[in-house]
Amino acid sequence: MNPPAPLSVLATPTLPGASSWVGFRTLLYKESLRFWKVSFQTIVAPVLTSVLYQLVFGHMLDTRLEFVAGVHYSSFLIPGLVMMSILQNAFANSSSSLIQSKIMGNLVFLLLPPLSSLQFFCAYVLASVARGLAVGLGVFVVTVWIAPAPFQAPLWIPVFAFSGAAMLAVVGLIAGIVSEKFDQLAAFQNFLIVPATFLSGVFYSVHGLPSFWRAFSRANPFFYIIDGFRYGFFARSDVSPWLSLLVVMLFFGLTSALALTMLHRGYKLRT
Amino acid sequence: MSIAAIEASALTKRYARLTALDAVDLSVKQGEFFGLLGPNGAGKTTLISIIAGLTRPTGGRVQVMGHDVIDDYRAARRSLGVVPQELVFDPFFTVREMLHIQSGYFGLAHNDAWIDEVMVNLDLLDKADVNMRALSGGMKRRVLVAQALVHRPPVIVLDEPTAGVDVELRQGLWQFMRRLNRDGHTIVLTTHYLEEAQQMCGRIAMLKAGRILALEPTRDLLRRIAGVQVALRLRGALPPALRGQVIEEYPEHVVLRLSHPRDVGAALEACRSFGSDVEELEVGPADLEDVFLQVMSEPSARSIS
Repeated sequence: MNPPAPLSVLATPTLPGASSWVGFRTLLYKESLRFWKVSFQTIVAPVLTSVLYQLVFGHMLDTRLEFVAGVHYSSFLIPGLVMMSILQNAFANSSSSLIQSKIMGNLVFLLLPPLSSLQFFCAYVLASVARGLAVGLGVFVVTVWIAPAPFQAPLWIPVFAFSGAAMLAVVGLIAGIVSEKFDQLAAFQNFLIVPATFLSGVFYSVHGLPSFWRAFSRANPFFYIIDGFRYGFFARSDVSPWLSLLVVMLFFGLTSALALTMLHRGYKLRT
Repeated sequence: MSIAAIEASALTKRYARLTALDAVDLSVKQGEFFGLLGPNGAGKTTLISIIAGLTRPTGGRVQVMGHDVIDDYRAARRSLGVVPQELVFDPFFTVREMLHIQSGYFGLAHNDAWIDEVMVNLDLLDKADVNMRALSGGMKRRVLVAQALVHRPPVIVLDEPTAGVDVELRQGLWQFMRRLNRDGHTIVLTTHYLEEAQQMCGRIAMLKAGRILALEPTRDLLRRIAGVQVALRLRGALPPALRGQVIEEYPEHVVLRLSHPRDVGAALEACRSFGSDVEELEVGPADLEDVFLQVMSEPSARSIS
């Protein structure tokens, strides 16, 4: 056995070189490494699911439907599928990471260090955005081989990709904080996230809906993300992309305020 | 006067109906090896959780190295290393990754030399690149200790660190803790193994139902509360007058508890005048187990702070 090394004490609480930026950066790295280590499950699998949607629905309905004049259904579907993947995976990342840490008990490793609520929030949200965008990019790269996708207002594409991912990452964080068991989180996912995504115009234009459902869609923040994102591809949308951006920002602001308040108070994290 | 390592005043934690901590005052000096003893549900873990910032107190306050654990949580948490009671781990990472990450959380980016030092001292070096999932319980416990030390905290709190740990690791762990303590770290531990607390801790607080029943140097506590233990082998019967002091009885000998060393002479005299010669005699301090049982059975709380 090696001879024991001398142990030293630094009684001063601020160690030389200790910085809170490093704390944030480490949590972001850890959260990203977490999904990257199981990327087959967290990135490849959701890409495959979306590609299957594209193959089945795109192919079946391509010649029968034309939601936007001059745009084939298979092309119309691409932005919807890409955004659906971004949203669902951004949500899944923050929520499942947090609930796993809670149930495994290793959340304590994050509660003992001097991390602030804002650092905690930003690291979880950014790592989830990274996963959402990685899956979204994967879906795009594969589906664009199947059907052409124009970029008629390309600046809107990253704007909505990022803000959509961030919004769902925050919702995921809230779900992870509130849930105490996996089935509670699954309820969040199955009864809130999945219906809200499907009823937001991923597979169709809300213009084609009966007036009640059209109005219903307008109350769904997911609708604005997908509509704005699609505008980046076709320069056409159900509502102005500026209005969509406003709604998304507003929703992001509200949910972020809620999540930060919960983190600050230690709601369901610190007893 | 130097700042206390831990200073709790009127610390209270109430859950719906339960009072887990009831206005606890406690001061642990820098460099102490301090023991927190008490039965399950006494409030030991609640107290530690409040010190660590995992639980918010209902009333009162705690400082770690002079930093309030709520108002100045960053400085307080940098001063504190906690080894949790539960054997928790993150299954995604290897031992080395885990220690790097934990060090990073405390704001330390270039900490490899210290991390290696801690791993050497805890015999973890050959497991450095093994995933946490693949480790035995004892190894996981060592990683928890290492995690608590990555930021070189001046105060280290161990919550039942030897529960379910084999003898070898227990000895190794205590050796390491003694060394850390000699080097100036303040160590606070909770344990069910009273013998351990007796060997390791310079001072002990006994908790019951959220209150401190006794708080004294281990030696004083043993002496003051429990007196001495006398093992006697007699040729003949034990005088009836001493019956009340018997705590253990064997075919060959009996063990008495006397409240003070000066009572030994009187007890021997009583035996002699009863016609029972003392063939063998052993006098020693009472062990903590007895003190513990005695303190716990006292109906009224005696606060000795």
